[in-house]
Amino acid sequence: MTDATASGAAPQKPASGSLLELDARTKRRNAAEARFKFYGMAAVGIGLLFLVLLLVSIVRNGVPAYTQTFISLPVELQAEKLDKNGNRDPEEIKKVSTFGYNPLIDQALFRVLEENGVESPFEKGADLRKMVSASAAAEIRDYVIANPEKIGETVSFRVLASSRVDGYLKGRVTREDLARDKNLDAEHLDIIDQLKEAGAVARTFNWSFILGADASESRPEQAGIGVSMLGSLFMMLVVLLLSLPIGVAASIYLEEFAPKNVWTDLIEVNISNLAAVPSIVFGILGLAVFIQFMHLPQSAPLVGGLVLTLMTLPTIIISTRASLKSVPPSIRDAALGVGASKMQSVFHHVLPLAMPGILTGTIIGLAQALGETAPLLLIGMVGYIASNYPDGVASGFLDPNSAMPAQIYEWAKRADPAYYERAWGGIIILLLFLMTMNIIAVILRRRFERRW
Amino acid sequence: MPATWIFLIVLALSATGYLLGRRRALVSAGGDSRHLHSLPAYYGSNAALLVSVPALLALVLWLFAQPMVIQNRVEHLVPETSYANEGELSLVMSDVRRIAEGLDLAVEQGAMTEAEATDIRVETTNIRDRLGAVGVALGSDVEAPILVAAKAWREMNATGNMIRTGVVLLIALAGFGLGMVRADKDFRARNSVEKVILALLILAASLAILTTVGIIASLLFNTIEFFKLYPALDFFFGLTWAPSFGGGSELGILPLLWGTLYISVIALAVAVPIGLFAAVYLSEYASSTVRSFAKPMIEVLAGIPTIVYGLFALLTVGPMLFQAFGPDGAGWMGGGRAVMTAGLVMGIMLIPFVSSLSDDIINAVPQAMRDGSLGLGATKSETVKQVVLPAALPGIVGAILLAASRAIGETMIVVLGAGAAARLSMNPFEAMTTVTAKIVSQLTGDADFASPEALVAFALGMTLFVITLCLNVFALWIVRKYREQYE
Repeated sequence: MTDATASGAAPQKPASGSLLELDARTKRRNAAEARFKFYGMAAVGIGLLFLVLLLVSIVRNGVPAYTQTFISLPVELQAEKLDKNGNRDPEEIKKVSTFGYNPLIDQALFRVLEENGVESPFEKGADLRKMVSASAAAEIRDYVIANPEKIGETVSFRVLASSRVDGYLKGRVTREDLARDKNLDAEHLDIIDQLKEAGAVARTFNWSFILGADASESRPEQAGIGVSMLGSLFMMLVVLLLSLPIGVAASIYLEEFAPKNVWTDLIEVNISNLAAVPSIVFGILGLAVFIQFMHLPQSAPLVGGLVLTLMTLPTIIISTRASLKSVPPSIRDAALGVGASKMQSVFHHVLPLAMPGILTGTIIGLAQALGETAPLLLIGMVGYIASNYPDGVASGFLDPNSAMPAQIYEWAKRADPAYYERAWGGIIILLLFLMTMNIIAVILRRRFERRW
Repeated sequence: MPATWIFLIVLALSATGYLLGRRRALVSAGGDSRHLHSLPAYYGSNAALLVSVPALLALVLWLFAQPMVIQNRVEHLVPETSYANEGELSLVMSDVRRIAEGLDLAVEQGAMTEAEATDIRVETTNIRDRLGAVGVALGSDVEAPILVAAKAWREMNATGNMIRTGVVLLIALAGFGLGMVRADKDFRARNSVEKVILALLILAASLAILTTVGIIASLLFNTIEFFKLYPALDFFFGLTWAPSFGGGSELGILPLLWGTLYISVIALAVAVPIGLFAAVYLSEYASSTVRSFAKPMIEVLAGIPTIVYGLFALLTVGPMLFQAFGPDGAGWMGGGRAVMTAGLVMGIMLIPFVSSLSDDIINAVPQAMRDGSLGLGATKSETVKQVVLPAALPGIVGAILLAASRAIGETMIVVLGAGAAARLSMNPFEAMTTVTAKIVSQLTGDADFASPEALVAFALGMTLFVITLCLNVFALWIVRKYREQYE
């Protein structure tokens, strides 16, 4: 180091020795240099390590959600149970509740065991039926109501296995876990092992996770993210339709027309502060203004979209202003020079040239809004089971629904560990959407960005 | 007539106005557009704007004002004996509104005739059952005065809707007429159209102010309401947080603030060194290939939604820490959810935030300062430590403050990773909770805003808003002041 020597003291003698030989101080300084560089590298490395850790844990925990265990069951649709009068009247068939279908499933299960030569310690069908999801009866009932002519025949169904069975085949549930579990016994697993050998139990790709609806707390095997994906879609439509025009209009005013005065200063300070307000505060705003004051429906994608619009507006305004600013003044001057009005020069020349930048900013803003959860918790998009597809466009905007991140939060909160797998699986879909949007933004920027 | 129809009619009228206005202007110039003051399209736009803007503005205002006016007038019909305070009144009023809307729905679906709906009486009909049949669920049986109020509501609503239709369509027609009169070759159509567009642009820009006003108003009114029910001193200086919806809750903010600060400090302790060193390395040492790879990769961390970090804390980091520090390890931890879990994960989230802001600021330090230092024989690290960082210090402090405000306002990670118990404890492996987590737990799934237990969320939100706003303003001020120094 080059510390100044105290005044009055004799000047330090220069270190003697060869230039080719490093003295102790130089060595120390070089070591400090190397250490410092290493710290920097380590910091970058740790950052990247966290990223890898995060991605690995998402993929490792999430991928199992995309396969699901099914059991092939030849169910005999007995006429005397399903249609006592024999007239195949759909109204009468509907009178048989899902409970009425359980004996058929029991019978089919016994038959499968017999066909494959599996020994079973269970006497009662209800015990054996624990291997099958509670949704199986409803599935068969829906089939029968849709095809009443099939009554009396034996139809082969692929029904969902219960979540414990599914977890066993995925390695999530072990025999030790089942000792304290009253939903399934180790004997069931022996049966499953043998049925798997025989091919009656198989794990296949699970489309209904991607396209399906959420299910009640006790049926994780049935839950899907499709309906909340639609909820997110409607929300993003609202955000796009409101925030793009409003954001562009506001930026045009601030960048091109605004006089320098207190009012515009106030607006500018405001926008930069709004961009840093915690998202949950926007949720409180939405709750108080849209639900408490305006009485808009709770849990509706419309309200979610409005809240997220207010949240993304600052982002969009900031990026739009940047891209308007990057259009050189010579363009404006040329337009004004040939007689265009100020408004015409902006709308006919500046805006089209700034459009790629504006769209990029908008897509990034939308991606942010798509992943935002906290404000949605406050306007009631959680705690609601998104089990029905909206009937149409109006109901898509106004009927209660969930959104992807809210659905993931909901699953993470549920007690059954089978739901954790679904939450991770949902995150994969969410991240795929975000990645696609960001890639589109990057491509737009690369393809259309102009350097002046 | 429903509002959608009015809206569509106004739009159709406006489109017609465009075509006719354009044609009339051309006709007035004898078919030669060179004699017009403005391009023909401006005459059309002028007419279209005259039709649509005032009419739609009136429609929107009416849609907001009508329910309020009706509410005000119907409130007097509800007997004072049926409610004890403002909160109960609002519950009664929402019942009234639901019955009125249910009756409308029943008539619309044909489950009831119009005459039946007007003459309906509590003594003769079970209203709850009848409305239940059309899908309107009522919490309790309907009392006579409530039904009277509901009927009054319905009647006023119908009258209001009729007047609304008339007024809006009249305004639209007046605009149409004015547009037609003005579609003349000497009229300065472009100037008037541009004035309207400018007004719309100003309106859009003012929305930012409106949002802030909305935030402050909604927080402030409910906070004042809360302090009427619960003493402000107890809120700000209370040491216990124990809400109970039965009453007698203790709502002291200090344990929550402590949890918030503790988690934020841990997060910053993770994010600041890593982020800062990464920024220094990437801007001073790294080759351009490393930089172009590592910088976007680290910034990916910033694009990942917070719910993902929340899940990561709950299901990966929490169990990992629990294994190391739980009963099987060091024995400090009682469960996966802890201050440490949330702080660590939040730190990861903040790394790119700190690093990219510091990166910008370090890059803004003029190269001449580095060259001078290197020329005097300082090593690169000495240059960074003694020249670059001191010069960039104000900006870096600003960046750290912005990161701190992020950490304080972060919700999902603490909701999932930090636990729910409010505690004043020093042990970072214990579960604690934060202001944001409590806002969520006090407000979700609760439509009754009358109890102090729900209203406290607004007071918490106000506190959060004020703290983050101060941090942001201060940080932005520092950053801006610093930037000017070298520009």
